[in-house]
Order: sequence, then C-alpha cells, then structure tokens
Amino acid sequence: MRYVNFVILWFIMTGFVLLFSDLNIAYAVHEETPHETPKEEVPFDRPVEEIVKYLAPMKELTIFPCSECHDKDWETNPERREMIEPHDITPGKFINHDSENRWCLDCHSPNNRDKLRLINGKLVNFKEYYRLCEQCHKKIYREWKMGVHGKRTGYWNGVKEYMHCAQCHNPHDPPFKPVMPEPPPRKPKDVKMISTETNIVETK
Amino acid sequence: MTDSEHNNKGSNSLITRRKFLTGLAAGAATLTLPFGNTDASIWEEYFRQHFTRLDKDELKNILANLEKKLSQEYGKDVTVRATPPMENVLFGYAIDLSRCIGCRKCVYACVKENNLSRNPEVHWIVNLQFRKNEKWLNMEEGNAYYNPEIVPEKGYYYVPTQCQQCENPPCVKVCPVKATWKEPDGMIVVDYNWCIGCRYCMAACPYGARHFNWGKPYIPKEELNPDMHYLGNRPQYKGVVGKCTWCIQRTREGRYTACVEICPVGARKFGNMLDPKSELRYILEHMKVFRLKEDLGTNPKFFYFFSMGSSVKS
Repeated sequence: MRYVNFVILWFIMTGFVLLFSDLNIAYAVHEETPHETPKEEVPFDRPVEEIVKYLAPMKELTIFPCSECHDKDWETNPERREMIEPHDITPGKFINHDSENRWCLDCHSPNNRDKLRLINGKLVNFKEYYRLCEQCHKKIYREWKMGVHGKRTGYWNGVKEYMHCAQCHNPHDPPFKPVMPEPPPRKPKDVKMISTETNIVETK
Repeated sequence: MTDSEHNNKGSNSLITRRKFLTGLAAGAATLTLPFGNTDASIWEEYFRQHFTRLDKDELKNILANLEKKLSQEYGKDVTVRATPPMENVLFGYAIDLSRCIGCRKCVYACVKENNLSRNPEVHWIVNLQFRKNEKWLNMEEGNAYYNPEIVPEKGYYYVPTQCQQCENPPCVKVCPVKATWKEPDGMIVVDYNWCIGCRYCMAACPYGARHFNWGKPYIPKEELNPDMHYLGNRPQYKGVVGKCTWCIQRTREGRYTACVEICPVGARKFGNMLDPKSELRYILEHMKVFRLKEDLGTNPKFFYFFSMGSSVKS
C-alpha cells in the first residue's frame, strides 16, 4: 500500500511541475533576441552628387529661354518695385515667398536671364535651382537629401525618384494649399445588415 | 433476469449505442465534405498544412489553384505570389506628423492596392484628428470621422494609424489556430484560409488595426489589383480578419508601399531599419521619434515624429 501512495505522490508532483512550467511558458515575458545593428554610423549629411542621379525628371519650362523677350535691347530696371502679375502665363505670381524682403532679381540674374543667381553672385542653371533654395532653407535641404523631407517613390532598396523642391512647392508661392479630404469612414451606427448571405448594405 | 442474460442481450443486439454514435458521427462528417464538387482544390483546402509548414510543391499548387479561381471570378489575369522575406531586412515605418494634412488619400490608395472590400467598407488605415494644445495624444480620443470642407483645419493635427507591426505582437499571442504570425522581416501576416474568425486578435490589438470582414468583400472587377501576395492583398473571405501588411506584395519586391507613394506631402517614410543608409535609420538616429502606447511593451516598428522644430543637430 505504501508503494501505491508513493506512486500517487510522484504523479501529483510531476503534475504540479508540468502545470507550473506550462504557466511559465504562457506568461513569460516575450523576449526578443536583439537584432544585430551594424556599427556603421548614419551620415549626418550627404553630397549632392549622390542625390542628383535619383532626381525625378524636371518639368520643361513653359517659356524658355527667357532671353527671347528679355534680350539685350530690353533695358533692365534694377530698382525694387511692386510687380503687378509679372508673367501671368506662368502659374503663381510673386506674392508669397518673403515678398517683404525679396524680389525677382534676388534669384533671377539681371545680366543673364537664362540663369539663376546665388546670393554671392554666382550663376547657376535652371536645372540646379535647388541650390538657390539651399541658401536659406539649409536644414530642410539637408533633410531632403537624407530622405526626411520630401517624397520618394520607386524602390526602397534600389532605384528611386526624389521629388525635388519645385515639384511640390511653387517657388513663387511655396506653402501647400488646403485640399478637400476624401470621405470619412462610415460610422458603425450607420451600417445596417440586410442580408447575411451576400453583403451588408449601408443605410444613409 | 440473470446477469449473464443481460450481458448477452447487450452484445447481441444489431445496433449498440456505440455503433449508433460512430455511425452518426461518420455520417455527419461525410455530409460536410463537398462530394458534389469534384474539384481537387477543394479537398486540398480541407486537408492542407499550415502555411509555414508547406513544402515548395504544395505551395505552388495552392497558389496556382488560387490564381485560377480568382482569374475566373474576376475575369482578369491574376498572379498570386508568396515572395519570401529578404535577408538582413527589418522593415520600419515613420510618419512626420508636422506634415500630415489629414487628406485621407492614403486610406483609399490602400483600399485599392490591397483589394479591400468596398461594401461593407473596410479601411486598414484610420486617420485620427486631434485638437492642438491639449494633453498628449490619447488614441481613444481621436476623431476618425472628421469631414470638413478643406484640410488641414486650424487648431487640429492628424495622426494616421494602421498596423504598427509590433515586435512583440499581442494579436499573434492570442490566436488559437496560429493563423497569424510574425515573419522574419517583421511583418505580421494573416493566412485568410487558416483564420477561423474568432476575432480574439481584434480584442488583443491595442491599436485597433485589425479589421473583420462582416460580409463577402465586394471589389469592383475593373478595380481589382491583379498583383497579389498570398499573405497580403488577395481578396479576403467573409468572416476572416485582415490587417495592414505594409503592402507585402510591393515591399518584398523592393518597392515602397502604396500609402508612401500616394502621400501628397511626403509625410510617410518607409525603409529597412538594418540598413544605415536608409532614410528610416536617419530619422531614428537624428529625430525625436515616439510610438503609440509604448507603455504596453508591444514594441512597434511604426514611429511618429515632428520634423519641424525637433531635429537634434540643428
């Protein structure tokens, strides 16, 4: 009889052990093996050359070259003055880009109309216009190069297209305009079930 | 009546209780099997293995059957792939809240890309509206039904929410049939053929990111996206749970997700967290990021940040 008691006791013990080990599995804090992070450091900034090959194709300028009208015979008035809708064919007028302090000839070269002008007087091509933006918006420009600012499409691990400044912002009126939102989701209380077989049709 | 007589009577009768019950069970089982329809694919659906235990031939067979079925149903050439995860890839996602204008373009791009049901309506992305200058964002107080004339509205900001692809996902833990699991590249996926529709995962998810198909999903034939992944955007069934998979059909091929590509303000960022050159790593190392409900220990791979006035090194 004593032998039987031992056997029963042994069963109960193993039962408890199994029970608690099972509980431990069920409620153990889920510990992830940490992913090996590469030791290479993330660069703070990136050279432009690396970016240029990914730039989305530029839009063709609608009226170009500018020197077709602004030729040598047309005298340039360098005095800062109010411009009433200059180039009303081109989208947007010069109204909303620090217009208190700046005007046309701060970015457009008065001597060579087919080029843009940096603050230091250096001339750049229209295709490199982002170097003008960089002068004031250094932080945004850096973030754009690193992929924080702006939009990228294509392949996350390969060829991608970087939208550049003037593809989203109008250089003469940069802030985004408000848009109409897409319709909101239906509220559960506006949903009524009419058929279990086919579909749920919405009321309202 | 003696004891022996009683015993004899029991064993000699034509139908014993045991025989009757086994017969009943077998009969009921045969009734549920689709004998009328002799298509082999239906038998396979009943007796197949769990997705992670399928061998190559079985998987190929299942995908081919699925393609055939869907092509017939929608009158389109459908391809269903099961692209495996890439090596050394752990996906991450970030949203720049100072840019998001709450236009909901991502919501509908997602519906279209992922073949979500139009009726009953299923959205995998929910955009929440919060009032500025109030206490720190509490997901439950967000308004998903905002509908002004134009966005952004003054005094509000918007927080798009979708599956946060937790590293420690509560939804996976509660699934009684292992119909949902975490892939090596960090995606939480659902096998719609394995899901029994118990909705435990929906109760477990603290982010409300899982969505139930209350009816048979309706997708207009001309809007069906024929480029499908078995674990992602193939049409779901009535009574199963679906969730955002970061467009597994696109990202496993190296492409950006549909919501990233549609965002008109470039607020959405996606990339490989293990690649130090990716934009996502830059954001994680140089911006102040936060995650939703961090205190729950779910460890999401979905980050939020404010790019304006929050950069560390400038």
